[in-house]
Amino acid sequence: MADTVVFWIAAPISVASAIAVVLARRAVHAALFLIANLFTLAVLFLVLGSEFLFVVQIIVYAGAIMVLFLFVIMLLGVDQEVSLREQLQGQRLVAALLGLGLLAEVVVAVRLGVGLHRTPLPDFAAVNKGGNVQALAHVLFNQYFLPFEVTSVLLIVAAIGAMLHGRRRMDEEETIDREQAVL
Amino acid sequence: MRTPISFFLLLSGMLFTVGTVGVLIRKNALIIFMSIELQLNAVNLALVTFSRQNGNLTGQVLTFFSMVVAAAEVVVGLAIIVSLYRKRRSIDVDDARMLRW
Repeated sequence: MADTVVFWIAAPISVASAIAVVLARRAVHAALFLIANLFTLAVLFLVLGSEFLFVVQIIVYAGAIMVLFLFVIMLLGVDQEVSLREQLQGQRLVAALLGLGLLAEVVVAVRLGVGLHRTPLPDFAAVNKGGNVQALAHVLFNQYFLPFEVTSVLLIVAAIGAMLHGRRRMDEEETIDREQAVL
Repeated sequence: MRTPISFFLLLSGMLFTVGTVGVLIRKNALIIFMSIELQLNAVNLALVTFSRQNGNLTGQVLTFFSMVVAAAEVVVGLAIIVSLYRKRRSIDVDDARMLRW
């Protein structure tokens, strides 16, 4: 019973905030709506019995990633308005139609695959025996140990890549100074 | 749990659709990036739902990995947007056409 109430509170908020992200005129507003969306998803993770991902979602997504987003928005200037004029004729209409098609496809797939009736779910308390974090650690460090190690390589490569892209070269600095002098 | 499992999958599909439409209709590179985050999160929700449905933790481990990949992707993507802004003084994706001709 409680999970139904929580679902019907969180789900409309998450859909509404997702639509607000897409329609927001300013990037800062979009970022704030995205944070709301991430929080509601964290709540739904909790409903689905994964306490660890609930915490990770808030710390990593709503915390670290969104701070990075806001940092870049502030760095590039909050007033960056992008013209709303579309270059391609009718692109928005086609995009909306494609979105509707995708949604219909997902609904049909869920209907055929899972069915909209109540299927009896397995007992998750047995899976989460000794706590969700402990059970997850058991699976992660036994069955998926190699992928876990590979992600550390991925993170190092990403950090180096970000440094290379974010670095300001000497010649670039000169051209920017010249541009500003012209302006 | 009394909520039908398909409701979570339908919610995930709706969020993914909204993210896809966002990627298609927006021109601000940062908002396109946030729409991609929406899509990633929708898939994460589907994975956790499948984990609940099948009664094992594989879906949750996969979600954990997808979060790591998303973090790496955001770091590199935002660095690319910053360097694009330095070159073009704009974050409109229509202005990023250096590789076209």
